[in-house]
Amino acid sequence: MKSWKLIPTLLAVALFVVVLSACGSKNDNASGSSASASASSDASASPSAKPSASGKTPDPVELLNVSYDPTRELYEEYNKSFAEYWKQTTGGTVTIKQSHGGSGKQSRAVIDGLEADVVTLALAYDIDAISAKGLIDKDWQKEFDQNSTPYTSTIVFLVRKGNPKGIEDWDDLIKDGVQVITPNPKTSGGARWNYLAAWGYAASKYNNDETKIKEFMTKLFKNVPVLDSGARDATNTFVQRKLGDVLLAWENEAYLALKEFGDDYEIVTPSLSILAEPPVAINDKVVDKKGTREVAEAYLKYLYTEQGQEIAAKNFYRPRLQSVADKYKDQFPQLNLLTIDKDFGGWQAAQKKHFADGGVFDQIYTPGS
Amino acid sequence: MAQARKKDRLLPGFRLTTGFTTLYLSLIVLIPLAALVVKSAGLSPAEWWHTVMAPRVLASYKVSLMTSFFAALVNLVFGLLLAWVLVRYRFPGKRIIDGLVDLPFALPTAVAGIALTTIYAPNGWIGRLTEPFGLKIAYTPLGITIALIFIGVPFVVRTVQPVLQDLAAETEEAAVMLGAYRWRSFFKVILPELTPALMTGFALAFARGIGEYGSVVFISGNMPMRTEITPLLIITKLEQYEYNQAAAIAVVLLLISFVLLLLINLLQRWAGRRLHAA
Repeated sequence: MKSWKLIPTLLAVALFVVVLSACGSKNDNASGSSASASASSDASASPSAKPSASGKTPDPVELLNVSYDPTRELYEEYNKSFAEYWKQTTGGTVTIKQSHGGSGKQSRAVIDGLEADVVTLALAYDIDAISAKGLIDKDWQKEFDQNSTPYTSTIVFLVRKGNPKGIEDWDDLIKDGVQVITPNPKTSGGARWNYLAAWGYAASKYNNDETKIKEFMTKLFKNVPVLDSGARDATNTFVQRKLGDVLLAWENEAYLALKEFGDDYEIVTPSLSILAEPPVAINDKVVDKKGTREVAEAYLKYLYTEQGQEIAAKNFYRPRLQSVADKYKDQFPQLNLLTIDKDFGGWQAAQKKHFADGGVFDQIYTPGS
Repeated sequence: MAQARKKDRLLPGFRLTTGFTTLYLSLIVLIPLAALVVKSAGLSPAEWWHTVMAPRVLASYKVSLMTSFFAALVNLVFGLLLAWVLVRYRFPGKRIIDGLVDLPFALPTAVAGIALTTIYAPNGWIGRLTEPFGLKIAYTPLGITIALIFIGVPFVVRTVQPVLQDLAAETEEAAVMLGAYRWRSFFKVILPELTPALMTGFALAFARGIGEYGSVVFISGNMPMRTEITPLLIITKLEQYEYNQAAAIAVVLLLISFVLLLLINLLQRWAGRRLHAA
């Protein structure tokens, strides 16, 4: 009697399992584009591609580059250039899909199985997190030149035209009546660079006196009226809602804002800031599975070539290559730059001290402070 | 015996449908929720408690609960009014208004959030008007409440509307014949009939508000201890790869919602019994 009752249930289970597994296998390859809302593809498609030079790399080949928000324009241009380069050197056809989002969110998507061939994120910390899951080799940051960071940026101030509050340096941000817009360091990679740049300034000013630095930071964040969750949101708050007197922003974001709304804003470069290093890495597990290591490596290496550097500079990222840097030296003023490794002991240490729960950033916001 | 049993049920296919229901609910609701609990069990009890009772998290519960409650309350009153107008009167453009009610369901919540912020920010169309009177809307709990009112409207209207439609005209007519005037017949005859539907609508809007993220995150300003909602803190934990802690807070949020829904359900039953006993 009892077993009879179970039969319909079991049938239903069986049916579902079949349906699910069918869906699963079908979606396996498409997960790249379906998992990310903003995936887009750049293709220089040519249906009759010559066989590629190497026997191993499939042709035509498709790469997925999982990146963070402000690199959208950069990689749109870069992907076209790389596809042409690949065609010329190997005769192969490569299509690159892009996926953009908050850096941490993108990193989690890769951890949870988004099949990225390469990741190009806002912080080494986010790639470390993927590496900790065994997807990326532990020494990934030594795999490519310059800390695996082909282009850099820094944190600058965006102020309203004419700089009505006379903001020249970090000191001006803690004055009464100045409103500072920066996103929340706990949810935004860019905001962590902002925070550390301010900290670095205070550290040099107060000779590493921690109490005084914390006072400075507390005052600074008292002047922050809104903590947006991401860098693009903060830019919106400043540019569209007209809130605040100064926006702490990636240099490339500041230039983009200037390009869009040129007449309303000015960029102020502080005396000291931080070298923001958005690194790149190969997702070893995925490229080995798909047989795309060769092209993925070439894809990231090409970032360091003259053409790659030129595209980075055109998109307002500071190039590493001296010849290109010289060409664009008017665009990128010289200033003192701290580095995360030398001045903060690397991302793991900085994260633990400042942004982990109960860390310095939380202390700024605990009641009574 | 099997045949005797079969006769008990009016419609065939009970076993198949129950099996399907259980399985479907398990796959879609129960297993994911159970996974959440399992994930949060990765913390020791002390860590768990510490995570969900941290001052910032506590402050966020307060913000989330209060704003959701007030938003649901506003929707209760104005949702009823909307449903009333839509059911009882004919006027040009009625179909359009009826259609508009559902739009908050269709709109991605982030779009709603950005639109609301644009309007209620100090330089927005409405924010500009209220600012001189010292009334700040965006980046305050008031702004969060408005976002939650927006996403909660359809819940009340759509649960009350059909009940109002089915309300027998005779009872109302009888009330009037017996000398009850407008307000009296509304409060004594109509409102009690609507109460269960209203409560359901209220509960749905309330629960939705507690979990809402997309529309709120832009208008709230996200200031710790003041306008930080609990779902944002969950996202914050995820951004730090603290899956267990995120799950722990999510479980607490679920528990709060569940208890609230249960309470409202009980209240609704009690109200229903009273109505039928009367």
